[in-house]
Amino acid sequence: MIEAKKVVKRFGLKVILKGVDFHVKRGEFVVLVGPNGAGKTTFLRILATLSRANMGEIKIGGFHLPRDAASVRKILGVVSHQPLLYGDLTAEENLEFYARMYNLQNVSERVQEVLVLVGLQVRRKDLLREFSRGMQQRLAIGRAILHNPTLLLFDEPHSGLDQEAAAMLDNLLREVAAQGRTVVMTSHDLLRTPGLASRVDILSKGVIHVSLRGADLEPQKFPELYRSAVND
Amino acid sequence: MGQAPVTPSRRHAAKAYLRALGAVLWKDVAAELRSRELVGAMLIFGFLVILIFNFALSLDARTRGTVTAGVLWVTFAFSGTLGLNRSMAIEKERGCFDGLLLAPVDRSAIYFGKVLGNLLFMLIVELLVIPLYSILYNINLFIPELFLVILLGSIGYTVVGTLLSSMAVQARTRDLLLPILLFPVVLPLLIAAVNASKGILQGFERSEIMFWLNILIVYDIIFTAVGFMAFDYVVEE
Amino acid sequence: MNRVPKTLKTLNRITSISFAVALYLVFFYAPREAIMGDVQRIFYFHVASFWVAALGFLGAAIAGGIYLSRRTRKWDQVALASIEVGVVFTFINIVSGSIWARPAWNTWWTWDPRLVTATIVELIYFAYIMLRQGIEDLDRRARFGAVYAIVGFISVPITFLSIRYLRTIHPVVIGSANPNAEGGFDMTSRMRVTFFFSLITFSLLYATLLWHRLRLERIGEKVQALKMKILSA
Repeated sequence: MIEAKKVVKRFGLKVILKGVDFHVKRGEFVVLVGPNGAGKTTFLRILATLSRANMGEIKIGGFHLPRDAASVRKILGVVSHQPLLYGDLTAEENLEFYARMYNLQNVSERVQEVLVLVGLQVRRKDLLREFSRGMQQRLAIGRAILHNPTLLLFDEPHSGLDQEAAAMLDNLLREVAAQGRTVVMTSHDLLRTPGLASRVDILSKGVIHVSLRGADLEPQKFPELYRSAVND
Repeated sequence: MGQAPVTPSRRHAAKAYLRALGAVLWKDVAAELRSRELVGAMLIFGFLVILIFNFALSLDARTRGTVTAGVLWVTFAFSGTLGLNRSMAIEKERGCFDGLLLAPVDRSAIYFGKVLGNLLFMLIVELLVIPLYSILYNINLFIPELFLVILLGSIGYTVVGTLLSSMAVQARTRDLLLPILLFPVVLPLLIAAVNASKGILQGFERSEIMFWLNILIVYDIIFTAVGFMAFDYVVEE
Repeated sequence: MNRVPKTLKTLNRITSISFAVALYLVFFYAPREAIMGDVQRIFYFHVASFWVAALGFLGAAIAGGIYLSRRTRKWDQVALASIEVGVVFTFINIVSGSIWARPAWNTWWTWDPRLVTATIVELIYFAYIMLRQGIEDLDRRARFGAVYAIVGFISVPITFLSIRYLRTIHPVVIGSANPNAEGGFDMTSRMRVTFFFSLITFSLLYATLLWHRLRLERIGEKVQALKMKILSA
């Protein structure tokens, strides 16, 4: 699904990504963890076609980036720590707007379907800015899956959520991922991370250090492994 | 990857393009109908500008005839920057700009959607300022040719303004920057618009009015093309 | 490693020599203009500095276009350096014109189309510099700079045209909008020689300044990189 080789990204003279190799198979749920400033968001923005790598080769779903960005966008759903939704539109209108941007047919049916899925059907006529952060984030997920993307990118979706909202979001994420989608999520929350993921990659200082899966992700083992990878 | 996307026919692509363009316009209008922030602020600001001019220039019956065109266009230009700034700030607020860019549509569809929205709001404000001014100063401004000038001038203004405000909004200095970037570049447009309006209001020779109209049209065409090509570079990273 | 390259040294020398020659030509070779007298001698450098400024702004628009298609930082640096040189020479152009206008038109400032356009051009490129200062990310700064350099450059001829038309139908209070009408003169062949030599000299000056400015930028970048290396070590 994702094949990224030696991805380098500079901001001016600062090198943020120093050759990231990152491969994801279909149906995997990969979490990228790492300390702040490690380049997680930068890397995800490159995968999301919102930013360009200075060097390296990236293929998503068989399409080259940035050349085939338009084709990649069709199979891509993105949730960032901002909802990417309009405050002065209702939940329903927000989704309708994006449905048209993606040139979907049967807009209103699809919108209702998604609203039910994210549990916001009752509040569909309310303005987004009246929503709590958790509800905004749920609608953001609805926005991301509107066009049935095969690849989902989540950039710190939990940031700014309280315990309850975060747990609800986890359930939703699991549900969305269970439908055969490939998911890449960034996070700095070590406790939450392993529960969702089928694989955890540790990104630190612009490079991916280790890929962990299976037994390594158990709560008693994972934090230790993380610390040793980051302090390398 | 599952099913390779079918290469859509050209007509299909054109339809998707127009649909996205329309969607951008529609959501700006829908949000504005609800909040009425943008047009409201522009209108009040425009009224204030006219009031300030009234006292600054002591607009009496004698001077009015010669300065009306100038006062109107300064009012439009000033309240226009207010609208442009707000319209782009909305896109930045909850990261919406990224949302737009994630959509699989040509960037120019987004650009022209925003341009049309900004143009619409500007025209609404202008159509409300004109009767207000007419009543305040007992001048008849309901001349069809004048509306043509206003339309042409507003097109050029929003075409450049939308491009530059999408740059300004991404800078540290934001709304501070827009008028500084915009005014020196739209100056020829304003000169042409003021003089065309003045010519119409004072019954100048036709050839002179035509010269200014031509400048407006040339400006609109050139900068629509520039905006169409340059917007890509402004939004992608 | 940061020694001044040999070609640049030679260029420095050629430019200074030809500047000295140009000064000689302007003050001793070119004849004294009959009506205006010595103040007319400003004309040679006045026009030459306009020439350099125009060259700079055109160069910046072209370099901006190349930057947008190739994304190599070098072209952004060329654009920035050109504009900085252009801004300085526009200033020289306006001030020298003003000094000339005082005796010729009897005023420091008049709403002459060229004068007004030059001032607006100066404002456009001040805005360009402000825009760059407002953006931290170097790539974005370069992209926006390139777009604005192109947009600004395209607007200038339209501005000039509108102002000129405005002035030709509405005569200005003092003097005429057309400098040929008042303060105009026919060039003798010696004047012509001086004039073209000044143009060449100033073009050389432009190339020299551009080169130095680019070197400065590159050295600055190296210092920055070294600083980061030391700080991160």
